[in-house]
Amino acid sequence: MEDRMSIIVYSGTVDKLMAVSTLATGGAAMGLDVELFITFWGLEAFRKDAYKSNMRISKDFEDYAPIMMEQMIAKKVPSWMETLKGAMEIGNVKIYACSMTMELFDLKLDDLEPVVTEVTGVATFVERAKEGRMTLFI
Amino acid sequence: MPELTDITIDKEIDARGSFCPGPLMELIRGMKALPVGGVLAVLSGDPGSAKDIPAWIQKARHEYLGAFPEQGYTRFVARKSH
Repeated sequence: MEDRMSIIVYSGTVDKLMAVSTLATGGAAMGLDVELFITFWGLEAFRKDAYKSNMRISKDFEDYAPIMMEQMIAKKVPSWMETLKGAMEIGNVKIYACSMTMELFDLKLDDLEPVVTEVTGVATFVERAKEGRMTLFI
Repeated sequence: MPELTDITIDKEIDARGSFCPGPLMELIRGMKALPVGGVLAVLSGDPGSAKDIPAWIQKARHEYLGAFPEQGYTRFVARKSH
């Protein structure tokens, strides 16, 4: 077993992406390798510059969206992308984009934020995740 | 644990107003920049820091010198061991 945390990033809403970036930071800080597999709306959130205007929040808590965004600005909470970049700075964090979603949305690696490492298929991710200590779906 | 007055702090980072994982990130960055043997203090008002900061210091094998409570925040102090 390897000291690795694998996260399947399926969601593209800010609240869930904050959970992803915070967990990735915790993993990186505690010496785990961290691998994100970004797929569907999670991958959409990594489109170049998309995070700057992404104000989406989980549908079941959408009534909280204005207050949450207000609080984030008032308390100067860093964006999830900023937190994720911090995790990459202190540890080994890799981001893999799902090849199927790339096809579906007609995307190339160049269309995504430069933090994305490469494009892979689900089998590669699963093969690596099975050797790791924990796998999360967010 | 030593008393705060017995410790010479080489660098102090004010991470008050920053939330989990902010203060821990500040500590990690600060430790990186410090020479071996240097003493770093991080001020944090985040309740998570009380467990997170000592856990990281232990994991990273630095020397934890203690948590010193102030009004509304805590001063966490550690020495860089390697």
